[in-house]
Amino acid sequence: MTSAASVVSARDLGLTFDTNDGPVHALTGVNLDIRKGDFVSFIGPSGCGKTTFLRVIADLEKHTTGSIEINGMTPENARLARAYGYVFQAAALYPWRTIEKNIALPLEIMGYSADEQKTRIAEMLDLVNLSGFGKKYPWQLSGGMQQRASIARALAFDADLLLMDEPFGALDEIVRDHLNEQLLKLWDKTNKTICFVTHSIPEAVYLSTRIVVMSPRPGRVTDVIESTLPRERPLEIRDTPEFLEIAHRVREGLKAGHSYEE
Amino acid sequence: MTASLLRDRILPVLTVIAAILVIWHVFVIYLNAPFVRDQAARAGTTVTLGELIPQTFSQERPILPAPHQIIAELWDTTVAKPVTSKRSLVYHAWITLSATLMGFGMGTVLGIALAVGIVHNRAMDKSLMPWVIASQTIPILAVAPMIIVVLNSIGISGLLPKALISTYLSFFPVVVGMVKGLRSPDTLLIDLMHTYNASSTQTFWKLRWPAAMPYLFTSLKVAIAISLVGAIVGELPTGAVAGLGARLLSGSYYGQTIQIWAALFMAAALAAVLVSIVGAAHGLVLKRMGVKP
Repeated sequence: MTSAASVVSARDLGLTFDTNDGPVHALTGVNLDIRKGDFVSFIGPSGCGKTTFLRVIADLEKHTTGSIEINGMTPENARLARAYGYVFQAAALYPWRTIEKNIALPLEIMGYSADEQKTRIAEMLDLVNLSGFGKKYPWQLSGGMQQRASIARALAFDADLLLMDEPFGALDEIVRDHLNEQLLKLWDKTNKTICFVTHSIPEAVYLSTRIVVMSPRPGRVTDVIESTLPRERPLEIRDTPEFLEIAHRVREGLKAGHSYEE
Repeated sequence: MTASLLRDRILPVLTVIAAILVIWHVFVIYLNAPFVRDQAARAGTTVTLGELIPQTFSQERPILPAPHQIIAELWDTTVAKPVTSKRSLVYHAWITLSATLMGFGMGTVLGIALAVGIVHNRAMDKSLMPWVIASQTIPILAVAPMIIVVLNSIGISGLLPKALISTYLSFFPVVVGMVKGLRSPDTLLIDLMHTYNASSTQTFWKLRWPAAMPYLFTSLKVAIAISLVGAIVGELPTGAVAGLGARLLSGSYYGQTIQIWAALFMAAALAAVLVSIVGAAHGLVLKRMGVKP
C-alpha cells in the first residue's frame, strides 16, 4: 500500500472531535502521499483541518478513522523514533535559555554528547544565519530571528521530516519574503521533506513542490496541485505567468471548496 | 540618578514616616494624659498643659510608649546587654529566628513536594487541594497550643514544635504558588516537549521547574513572613520561656508596654530583613535566568 519513498501516507483519514455541541468533523476522507524530499504546503481557510492534519502526523492528535503511516510507522512510533521536527506559529523559545541553549534543548533530551551538541549548535546557527547570536536571550532578538532560531532547533537533530505550522504567520511581509527565500535554500541544502501550513497563496505557490488545497466543514482535501516551477526560485519568479497560473488554480480550488452560503 | 532616587524613593518614605511620627506623638499625649491627671488628682494637685505633656512622654508603663522610649529600650536590650543574657533582645530574636528558619525550610520543602504531586497526579489534585485550603481556615492560635502540648507529651519540645507551627503556616503559599507555577508553561511548550518524546522527568526539570521560579519566589516572600508569625505564636503557649513571643507575653503579664513594643519592632525588623533576603535571592535567580531587566 505504501510506496517505499513515501514519508507520509494517509488513507481515508478522519478525525472527529466530540464537543458539547455535537461532533465536529475536523478531517474526513483524507488520502495523501508525501514523497521524500517534497515541499508540501497545506492551504485553506480557518477550520479546514490543515493544522489538525499536521498535528495528527506529529501524534499531537489521534485520528479516529482510516490510517496514517510516517516512514512506514504509526504516528506514535514515529514520534518515539523522533522522526520529525515541529515548528509552531510562535517561536516557542524558552525565555530562560540563550539561543544556543534553546537549540541544544532537543539534543540534551535526546542524549547527544556535549561535543556533538557544540558542533551541531554552531552548524545550525550558521544554517539559519544567526552565528554570533548564540549567547543572546530570545527577548533580545527580533520576531524573524526568533522564528529562525526555532527552525534551527527543529533541524538540530536528525529528523528528515520538518512540520511547520504557519511559522511566518505573525511576521510582516518583508521579513516573511526574506525568510521564505532562506527556507527554500535551507530545504535545498538539507534535502528534508517539509510539510508547511499557510494562509497565504503566494507563500504556498512560491515554496511548494505540491500544494494541498483544503476546505472546511467537514475538513477535507479538495485539490492537490503539482507545481511546475523549477527548484531554483528567485523571489522574482512570483511575477512570471507560470507562477500566476498556479496561484490562480489554488484560488479556484479554495473558491470551489468554500460555500459562502453556510 | 541619585537626585531621582531621592525624589522617587527616599522622599515618599520619609514623608510617611514623618506623618506617622506626628500622629503617634499626638496619641501618646492623648492616651497617657488620663494617668497623669489621675496621679495629680490623687495627690490633690492640678497639672497645667505645659506640665502634662512632658510627663506623658516619660511614664514607666504608658498605654502608648513614645518612640524615643522604645528606641531607648531597643538600645538597652540589644547593644547594651551581652547577647547571651536572657534580657537581651538579640538572644530572644535568635531563638525565634531559628524556629522561623527551620519552619520555613520544612514548609518550603513540604509545599514543593505537595505541588509536584498535585501537578503530576490527578488523584492527588482532586483529593489534596481541598484539605490544603481547609488547613488554613483553622485559626492557628487554636491549633498552636495543642501542637505544643501533644508534642510535649511525647517528649518533643523546644525548637521543633515551634518550627512545625511555622511549617503549618508557610507551606500553604508555597503549594498554591508552585501548583500555579508548574502549570504555567504554555501548551505550545508542553507540545514541543511531547514532539521530542521527552520523559516527564525531563519535562519537569527543563520546562516546569524553571517556568515556576518566579512563582516560587513570590510565594517564598509570603512564606518567610508568615513563618515568623508562626514561630512567635508558637512561643506564646509555652509559658514564656524565650523568644520574641515570650517577650510579648511577659510584657503583657507585667504591663511592660515598652518591652512589648520593643519586641514588636524587633519582629518587624526581622521580617523586613528576611523578606529582603528572599527578594534579593529572587532578583539574583531571575538575573541568572536571563530575564529581561
